[in-house]
Amino acid sequence: MNELRTLLGDVVTRLFTDRVTPDLLASVEKGQWPGALWEAVEENGLTLPLVAEAKGGAGGTWGDAHVVIRASGRHAVPLPLAETIVAAWLLAESGLEVPAGPLTLAPVHRDERLSLSRAGGGWRLGGTASRVPWGRAARHVVVVAEAEARPHVALVAAGDVRVTEDRNLALEPRDTLVFDVAPVVAAAPIGARVSPDAVWFYGALARSAQMAGGLEYLVGQATRYATERRQFGKPIGAFQAIQWQLAILGEQAAAAGTAAAHAFRAADRGDPAFEIAVAKVRVGEAAGIGASIAHQVHGAIGFTYEHALQFMTRRLWSWRAEFGGEGWWAATLGRSVAARGADGLWPLLTAR
Amino acid sequence: MAAQAFAFELCELPPAAEALRAEVRAFLRAELGDLPPVRRARSWGGWDREFSRKMGARGWIGMTWPKRYGGHERSALERYVVGHERSALERYVVLEEMLAAGAPVSAHWVADRQSGPLLLRFGTEAQRQRFLPAIARGELAFAIGMSEPDSGSDLASIRTRAERAPGGYRVNGTKVWTSNAHRSDYMIALFRTHHDPAKKHEGLTQFLVDAKSPGITLSPIIDLRGSHHFNMVVFEDAFVPEDLRVGEEGAGWKQVTAELAFERSGPERYLSSLALLVELIREVGREPGERAAATVGRLVAHLATLRQMSLSVAGMLEAGQNPNLEAALVKDLGTNFEQEIPEVVHALLGVEPTIDTGSDLQQTLGYLTQNAPSFSLRGGTREILRGIIARGLGLR
Repeated sequence: MNELRTLLGDVVTRLFTDRVTPDLLASVEKGQWPGALWEAVEENGLTLPLVAEAKGGAGGTWGDAHVVIRASGRHAVPLPLAETIVAAWLLAESGLEVPAGPLTLAPVHRDERLSLSRAGGGWRLGGTASRVPWGRAARHVVVVAEAEARPHVALVAAGDVRVTEDRNLALEPRDTLVFDVAPVVAAAPIGARVSPDAVWFYGALARSAQMAGGLEYLVGQATRYATERRQFGKPIGAFQAIQWQLAILGEQAAAAGTAAAHAFRAADRGDPAFEIAVAKVRVGEAAGIGASIAHQVHGAIGFTYEHALQFMTRRLWSWRAEFGGEGWWAATLGRSVAARGADGLWPLLTAR
Repeated sequence: MAAQAFAFELCELPPAAEALRAEVRAFLRAELGDLPPVRRARSWGGWDREFSRKMGARGWIGMTWPKRYGGHERSALERYVVGHERSALERYVVLEEMLAAGAPVSAHWVADRQSGPLLLRFGTEAQRQRFLPAIARGELAFAIGMSEPDSGSDLASIRTRAERAPGGYRVNGTKVWTSNAHRSDYMIALFRTHHDPAKKHEGLTQFLVDAKSPGITLSPIIDLRGSHHFNMVVFEDAFVPEDLRVGEEGAGWKQVTAELAFERSGPERYLSSLALLVELIREVGREPGERAAATVGRLVAHLATLRQMSLSVAGMLEAGQNPNLEAALVKDLGTNFEQEIPEVVHALLGVEPTIDTGSDLQQTLGYLTQNAPSFSLRGGTREILRGIIARGLGLR
């Protein structure tokens, strides 16, 4: 790991360990916006790793972004941080200015389409996008929409969007946004290096890293609990039945971390479709297994709201289904592998 | 907040390794031609001395060993070795290509993977001079004598005794599950040279044993498929000369632990069922239905991730680190994956597994269904590996 990433890793770990407490998470779930946390994240330059330094960003790579996004998952950071990182990258890649404040992305469903049309000297946006992460909290929404027969990236201010609030299992905002001929701050044809379904792909990429981080948390938390909780006169972690479960959890977390890191490396090389599919399938599967084991090891206390475990497991159960579940990605991956023929598998694998 | 989870840094293969891959593929195409899938499914179980000698001539055995121990075939090696030994990553590429092609590598696999490295690390200079060049030429096959009738996972409880005798040791006892002992030249065996019931990890010593020594009786152990690769090896006053002891008396446990790390760290621990996955993809065709596509995609996601994890372990070895823990973890995940493939193929296709009739897929399924139980036994059982992982988590 290079020096910048080590430094970045230290910054996020310190910041999130200090600030993202169970009390903060509970207050956000009641509807409080963690403004001070957002400001600290922005001040530390964590929101724009993929934006050039000349444009106010960190001028980094997906590998650098990975450190931040993974840590945001590990600490269940209740902010649209991953969304802002991807949205800012989309803007910058398409030659648009990146505004300050939290951003989100729309549409996040493959079957939803927004339409961009010229109005006077500018643009207007129409359509509805559901399940938009942190829709109500974003100061701007970055959308991909069709205009003049080509995909465009457009920026819409929060005040011009009608929001119907909804949420995922972790009570993170997943809102319906209605763009009723909404004015557009800026728009441009999507960057040449970006595919039209970038929101879907890079959203899946981000969730993979968040889940990999969440699994790391589960390993540490469940292991610590198993060494502290005593039954039958000894720590439950002294029992082989528990050790076996935690070994499997450790394996799943390690597989998830590797798959996510591999996908981010591919994003830096360009053309990461294969690795993103691999990551979303493998990490999503690990998330389900890991959440189940962590709960079993924690016993009844882990099933309470009072215990912090649920902040992570509810996120994992939601994140694995967002931007395509394992089934969708596995079928997509399977079709692309099958299309190359049986003898194409090994050459494909070794080329990645 | 959380204890450190296991770290698998991604490993980048250097251009030299990728250049080597093309050479290896060309060699394999020429050597193996249209080897049927059921033969490829033997993975590193296929035995062919001639093939091993060809590998040796290419410089693909003992690749990372110092030239002075494997370098006397300079003329054949020079095309491939330019002024330095090969890196562990170049070796990794050769191994994974061999496994992916199902090449018959068994006659040199054990010596290349663990016997040679063991001698390099703990052997005498005379032992290295005597054995390593022949191993690197693909001419010496090794077996491993560890397990005994009453000592499997509890390896430290072995009872085969090596007692001092003039000029060496007299050995009495029995080894079991000794793969390929009946066609190997030497065995590296673990014997008890000192007995103290309270300290069973002490008093163990490793020896090089000439498989043709008097006092050694081999008898086959037939596996569930009816085939012979295991053996029972009985020692009755078998003599092992002093100069074939490996390391100091009593150092055997430490050496065996290091050896098992070599044994667990390679790509052979997740690729054993690759031939069946390839046949599955052939069977579902280029435009599979949703369920078949999702089944293939899921397996490929596991495969691609395991390869990156396995490469990461190779990178740690290359960097001189000790990846014992990570190797145990990849082996447990990898063998689960290898065992799952026949189950998944059965669930998806429902075809009958066969022995030597029916389609390539059916035969490969038949072979792997029956061979799969061994995957999580050989080289350290699943239970032992999970114990190692639990220790890594601080639970032991």
